[in-house]
Amino acid sequence: MTLINIKINGQELQVEEGITILQAAKKIDIEIPTLCYMNLKDLGITHNPGGCRICVVEVAGRRNLAPSCVTKVMEGMDIKTHTMRVLNARKTVMELILSDHPFECLTCAKNGNCDLQTLAQTLGVREIHYQGEQSSYKSDSSPAIIRDMDKCIMCRRCETMCNEVQTCGVLSGINRGFTAVVAPAFEQDLIQSPCTFCGQCVAVCPTGALTEQDHTNKVIRALADPNKTVIVQTAPAVRVALGEEFGLKPGTIVTGKMVAALRRLGFDRVFDTDFAADLTIMEEGTELLSRLTKFLAGDKDVKLPLLTSCCPAWVKFFEHNFPELKDIPSTAKSPQQMFGAIAKTYMADKLGVKREDLIVVSVMPCLAKKYESQREEFAVDGNPDVDYSISTRELAHLIKQSIGDFKHLPDEDFDKLMGQSTGAGVIFGNTGGVIEAACRTAYEIYTKKKLEKVEFEQLRGFEGVRSAVVDFDGLKLNIGIAHGLGNARKLLEAIQKGESEFHAIEIMACPGGCIGGGGQPLHHGDINILKARAAAIYREDEGKAIRKSHENPEIVKLYEEFLGQPMSEKAHHLLHTEYFDKKKKIYIEK
Amino acid sequence: MSSIHIKLKEQDCQDIKEICETFNNDQGELINVLHRTQEHFGYLPAEIQEVIADNLNMSLAKVYGVVTFYSFFTMTPKGQHPISICTGTACYVRGAEKVLEEVKKELKINVGETTPDGKFSLSCLRCVGACGLAPVLMIGDKTYGRVSPEDVKTILGEFK
Repeated sequence: MTLINIKINGQELQVEEGITILQAAKKIDIEIPTLCYMNLKDLGITHNPGGCRICVVEVAGRRNLAPSCVTKVMEGMDIKTHTMRVLNARKTVMELILSDHPFECLTCAKNGNCDLQTLAQTLGVREIHYQGEQSSYKSDSSPAIIRDMDKCIMCRRCETMCNEVQTCGVLSGINRGFTAVVAPAFEQDLIQSPCTFCGQCVAVCPTGALTEQDHTNKVIRALADPNKTVIVQTAPAVRVALGEEFGLKPGTIVTGKMVAALRRLGFDRVFDTDFAADLTIMEEGTELLSRLTKFLAGDKDVKLPLLTSCCPAWVKFFEHNFPELKDIPSTAKSPQQMFGAIAKTYMADKLGVKREDLIVVSVMPCLAKKYESQREEFAVDGNPDVDYSISTRELAHLIKQSIGDFKHLPDEDFDKLMGQSTGAGVIFGNTGGVIEAACRTAYEIYTKKKLEKVEFEQLRGFEGVRSAVVDFDGLKLNIGIAHGLGNARKLLEAIQKGESEFHAIEIMACPGGCIGGGGQPLHHGDINILKARAAAIYREDEGKAIRKSHENPEIVKLYEEFLGQPMSEKAHHLLHTEYFDKKKKIYIEK
Repeated sequence: MSSIHIKLKEQDCQDIKEICETFNNDQGELINVLHRTQEHFGYLPAEIQEVIADNLNMSLAKVYGVVTFYSFFTMTPKGQHPISICTGTACYVRGAEKVLEEVKKELKINVGETTPDGKFSLSCLRCVGACGLAPVLMIGDKTYGRVSPEDVKTILGEFK
């Protein structure tokens, strides 16, 4: 590493050769404003197209201003970050961007949480000196994501997430000049494209151009209907992130307050998706053992590796991109859908309400869950197993709208019968968590021995693709883990080529797993927030009295009273699903 | 988006495949592949872009992004007699706009469109290097100079 000498705002410093002015300034705590720039360095994601020109600085001897996010430092460089010329240029750039941006801030879904709005305030824009035509595009409303491209500023962060990180290839810059915009091929709607609805584009959009399909009003209407019994389930990753929306430190566990808030919102029962996660482990773990046993007995037709199937974006990803592998993933439904199926049968009976009078709401860190809940196969005679899926952000809005105060709520417990969960259910929220939960149960069932240490540390971590060997009393299981769909693609291509040695693979579409989901409070590029949430998930697991799914008394009771055995006919009917080939076919005339 | 759809034949797919192979199925050669394909088919409808994306193993959105970025690429077929009207500075000041309006009126199409019978398509270009003849109109390879709106009907008549 070669060090070079530079000067920033008169301060002399030594920095490594090859870094940008922006990075160098950060080292001495000089904040240069940015807009299109995005750096999620622990995930290996940098997006610096140098397009917006907000981060310009003055470099002595250089005729024009330099965009600091793409200009590398050079020996002897003399940089000034906030001269009159720089401040004026930034303001002009901002005014030009705003001159083609709708003035709908007060009614925009991103109001108060918008990078563009914050920056306009920071730069002190009080007037827009440029007026002209404003671009107008058709809006696109899918089951999970709304695209309002009139608000797009062409930072193209979404494109990086969609193409480089997730390798979905749905979004691309199209057209040129004034009509340039980010869109799917042929400007089709997302629902016609191979979009997985992972929501990572929404998570990084600096404006209101990409937002979630908001179901809060539908939930309020259901809660107000005296003829409906409304129950709610909350996913594991929600409880470690919801607090951020109320000013609590990232990684604060707010399970008890969240339950209290949901009760005050008027839900008749507050249940836990973690319960359904435990149920998923019973089914998926049994399926894994059944495939393994056949494999070890020499059955050549058995499909391995088993791929986890709880992530709906991942499911849609392989349906579009790897349909030929569609009989490899576990047939187990996701926890959200298992919860819905059990709620509208077992729980409806217990509560004495008819299926159509029971409304199941889910709170998810995810946008793909909205799409999943609307898949045709998850409905009975048109009545969906899960009626409305709302994101962590939407729940925060509901609480702010109806209760206001969150921090001072008491801690309350989930309701009985579908509210008890184990540490294994909780860790579903982290990358590596589902497969760790499966190992805790599968180990004990396979070896008939008690697990001394429930933590499988080798399965944890943040690298995009991980592999580990888990020892089942002499039987060595090769486990693969991927988070981020681009990483998943690498493992799938290896399977296609017959190069995969894995017995089981866990895949989560979002970086970090569900804690980094597209429906979570916006992290604005700060990866430490994801790490704090991940640590909180493991803390919540450690605090649980029961940490293995098969020991959950409510799960035991559910099988005794209702389902019989894991993979029984009834369990198969209610808790398993099938996958479809969604690859676009090119029609050729014979 | 273009509303024009075509039904590809086995041979068409084979032709596209061969063009892609000429460029080693390299994504970096997309522009060359598009050029060659447009030369072959005359235009680049959605279905053809799908086959190209498939052969180059790249996203369809990216292919469409490149097609819509460069004005040379077109998703609508050119007419049997492509009309180009020069709207460069010299032609413009000598009334190219009026000639253009007359052609539009006569053929009932806009710039970038093709007549329903496939005979004429209309595009504008900037300077053909014959400023002395301004305003200039081209149909296929044939050049017409000092065109007035009154001449349009006669000129088009030659091709009807």
